[in-house]
Parts: sequence; C-alpha cells; structure tokens
Amino acid sequence: MTALATPERTRPRGVAPTAGLRRPRRYGRVLVYAALLLGAIPTILPFVWLVRSALMTDTQMFVAPPEWIPDPFQWSNFGEALTAQPFGLYLLNTVIIAVVCVLGTVFTCSVAAFSFARLRWKGRNVVFALLLTGVMLPYAVTIIPTFVMWQELGAIDTFVPLTVPAWFAGAGGGVFNVFLLRQFFLTIPFELDEAAYIDGASPWRVYWTVVMPLSRPAIVVVTIFTFIGTWNDFLGPLLYLQDESKYTLSLGLASFQSVFITQWGYLMAASAAVIAPIVALFFFLQRYFIEGVTLTGIKN
Amino acid sequence: MRRFEARWGILMALPAILGFVIFTVGPMIASFFFSLTDWQVGGHPTFVGLDNYAALADDELFWKSLSATTYYTLGAVPLTLIVSFAVAMLLNQKVRGLALWRTIFYLPTLVPAIANVVLWIWIFNPDFGLLNSLLRQAGLPTSQWVYSEEMAVPSLIIMSTWGFGNTMVIFLAGLQGVPRHLYEAVSIDGGGPWRRFWHVTLPMMTPTIFYNLVVGVVGTFQVFTQAYVMTEGGPNQATLFYVYYIFRKAFTESEMGYASALAWVLFMIIMVVTFLMFRNARRWVHYEMAGAR
Repeated sequence: MTALATPERTRPRGVAPTAGLRRPRRYGRVLVYAALLLGAIPTILPFVWLVRSALMTDTQMFVAPPEWIPDPFQWSNFGEALTAQPFGLYLLNTVIIAVVCVLGTVFTCSVAAFSFARLRWKGRNVVFALLLTGVMLPYAVTIIPTFVMWQELGAIDTFVPLTVPAWFAGAGGGVFNVFLLRQFFLTIPFELDEAAYIDGASPWRVYWTVVMPLSRPAIVVVTIFTFIGTWNDFLGPLLYLQDESKYTLSLGLASFQSVFITQWGYLMAASAAVIAPIVALFFFLQRYFIEGVTLTGIKN
Repeated sequence: MRRFEARWGILMALPAILGFVIFTVGPMIASFFFSLTDWQVGGHPTFVGLDNYAALADDELFWKSLSATTYYTLGAVPLTLIVSFAVAMLLNQKVRGLALWRTIFYLPTLVPAIANVVLWIWIFNPDFGLLNSLLRQAGLPTSQWVYSEEMAVPSLIIMSTWGFGNTMVIFLAGLQGVPRHLYEAVSIDGGGPWRRFWHVTLPMMTPTIFYNLVVGVVGTFQVFTQAYVMTEGGPNQATLFYVYYIFRKAFTESEMGYASALAWVLFMIIMVVTFLMFRNARRWVHYEMAGAR
C-alpha cells in the first residue's frame, strides 16, 4: 500500500536499470506476475491432468489423493487407444476435408474480396453489405433446409456437404473472411493496379500478380482459421457422415468416447492425440494466429 | 479497361454471391416455409399455418431450453469478458515473456470442442476427477458438477470460460491501441493508475468490449456440442440448450416443421437481442477514435 502511494517523481534514480529505455514501474511489478501466475495455473492444469491421465495405468489413476507423475509411464495407452478405432483413417479424412475447405475458402474469398475492394461495378457496396448480414445469422436457422437439400441431392454420407460450401466463399459465416481480406486489400496502394492496367493487364492478372503476393499475412490468417474451424467442426460431420470409414477425428473421438466411456487412460490418450496436431501448428505459426485474432477484433 | 471492370467485378464476386443465395438466403426462406408445416421426415409436408409457433407456448421443453440457454449466456459471457479483460490488462503491463504468457492463456481455445468435452467429463468426474480431488485435498465441499441438476449449467460455464483466449487477445490488441498521450495527460493532472483505468482505459476500450459482448452473446446462444456429448441435455433437461433442442427435434424425432419454427424463434431472439445491444451501445460505447483517424 505504501508503495502504491509513492508519487512517481520521488522514485530514486537508477532503480530497475534492466528495463532499459522503458519507463520502469517499480510498484505492482511483483503483483502483476503473481496475478498472472495465479491465472496461468488453472489454465494449464487441465492440460497437465490430460497428459498425466493419458500416461497412467488405471490403478494409479484412481488413487486418492491424486498422483501427478505417472509411474510407470503407460505409453501403451496411446497405442491401444489409437488402434482400437481407425484413427489414422479419421486423420486422413479430416486432412482431406480441411485442405479442400482451405483451398476453396482462400480462393473464392480472396477473389470476391478483390472485386469488392478494387473493382468498380454497379451495386457493389449494396451487395457487399448484404453478404455481411450472413455473418450474424445463427447457423441453426439454415441447418435444416441445408440438410434436406443435401439429402435430396443424395450427398449424405459424402464429403460434399462439408466441402462444397467452402468453394462458395465459405458460405454463411465464411463471409467474414471476405470482409477481412477486403480490409487488407484496401491498404495496398491503388497505383499498382493502375500501372498494371496501363500495361494491358486484366483484373485477373492484377489479382494474381499484384494483390495476392502482397497479401500473404492476410491469406495465412484466413488459411489458419479455416483449417482450425474445419478441423474442430463437430456438428457438420455429425450431420452428414454416417459410415465409420468416413469419420473425421472429432466424430471418431465422439464415438470412441461412447464406447470406452470409463477407460480414462484411453480417452485421454485419444484426446491428447487429437489436440496435439493443432497445438503443434500453433507453435509453428504463433505470430499469425495472434495477428489473425487481432485483425478480426480490431477491424470491427 | 473500365468496360471490362464491371464484368470482372461481378464474375469474381459470383462465388460469394451464389454462396449467399444458396446457403444463406435460400435456406432461410425454406426454413420459414418449413416452419409453417407439419412435416415428418419421409412424409409430405402439410401446411398448418402458425400452429407450430402456437404450440411452442405450451411446450415445456421449449421454455426449459430457452431458460437454460439464457442462464448459460448470462453466466458465460460476463465471466469470460471479465477474466479475459483482467488478464489482458495484466499482459499489457509490459511484462517479460509476453509471448509465453499469451501462449499459455491462448492454448485452451485451440482444443477441439469434442476433445474439450471428453477432457472435462474427466475433470468433472465426481469420484476421481481433478476438481473434486483438489477440493477434497483442500478440505472443501465437493460437487456432482455436470451430474447434478443445479450445478450442470454452472459447470459448463466454468468449462467455457477456460477458452477465454480469443477474447483476451482481442482485448490485448485493443489495449495496445489506446493512445499513450491520453495516459500521459492523466498522469500530468496527477491521476494514478485507478484514474487512468476509469478515465482512459475503460472508455477507450468500450468499442472492443462491445464487439466481444456481441460476438459472445451470439455465440453462447448457439452452444451445442457440450450439451450433445457431455450431458445429453440432462440431468433432468437442465442443460437442454436451445440448439440442442432444435437438433433433437429435427434429427432425432424428425419433426422438421416444428424444429424449423424453433430455429426461426431463435433467429428472432438473436436479432432482437443484438438490436437492443446496438441501441443500448450508443449510451456507453465511445467511438471518438474512429473520428480522429
């Protein structure tokens, strides 16, 4: 408390020289780190619980009070869980769907964003505003007719209902990507386009050789978020996929859970295996993740 | 070139426009017509006017799902906003290892919904789960968590708050965008940290808070996976969230007409709530920054 009351100017010179150019704040520093640690512990704890349970024998898992270090490390949980159901196949299915969705979303959204940002045509702004209303639409309103439509088309139990909408600018909530890319495209100098047009380039060429190469950060952001969204999607596969050989990881994990309902070691091992690729991806592309979330929030 | 511009413009926007028509406008209109029919899957829809909507009034489960969802939203949204704002404030104090801290707090949002559910069923396990084990060790009373009618929704609120990372990152970006000279102005006037918070940080952050509020409310109103996998709407329908009820009606009981009416009511509710939030926003959201740019 006394530290808090100390006026800033009376602070003796030379305190906290490590802070370099920044103005060092002497009070509350410790408090800030203590509070962060206090927040970090409950955030991390579920992960620790996940990993320790995934590596424990059943007998050790049910010891009270709980033990934290597996003894022995039951690596076989992973092997047994992941072979009890064809998780390799699920992984392949998930990757196929995710890649097709990413390609479709990035292509159609960026093309549309280019049109809305850099080409003039009648009714452009009205159309864009209309499209944006799709972002706010609750998906629950459209799932029933969409399901009926795919059923009529005989597309149930195929990847079609899960991937085709991505090739229409993501459809519905995916319009947000058009918005995000358009915002980014607007920041690229228009003189570049003009110069290219004078050289006889078509809008397509301008899109492909001028705007897209300059928009890598935004493209990466859309790629990551579409990938994660598809990877984590549960309702879509649940509605449209029936045959077990077509399951995605999410759907596979759900069915695994209903079979091995009390086999916590297996369940945690399978969960950890489903989480791991996404976490790994995050560590590689961390900067883009944060930029992406930031971009989505700030531009609003 | 200008002649081609319009043609190219429409062509390039076409996938997005078609997508909007096929996957948004079309289904919306269709869903409205479905909602006016009595339609079991496999049979033919018969027109029943507004009967489905009238039937909602007497549908106990409809009211139950509405109140469960509202309860969940009223708990999860404010809690997530407060926690993520507080952590963002801490991270904005020029802490060392910002990237590491940010990663720690962001990680839970990466966990796929279904893996999240499986993990938390185990955490909530009344006999051997993490929460009760810790409570027992601390000598505190334990809980049945998702297995008790009273604690089921609060449990899911706790679980959803764990994924506050996205909201936090947006807050953090907002905080870093607050002009430094405003803080300096308050300091020159002799204001301390508390003053700076109330007179600069909070007002300047209102647009970001508003954004996170709207996104949060619209999102939590459509919560589904937890109810479907974790609780199946129970115990005693305590977690029969609205979208899960729609799902159940449509895809388990095949009552497409009734489910469509439910969906449209949800749509109206979300529109009205969003509209009210926007109207109310004028009173507390400051947009001076936009003008200054």
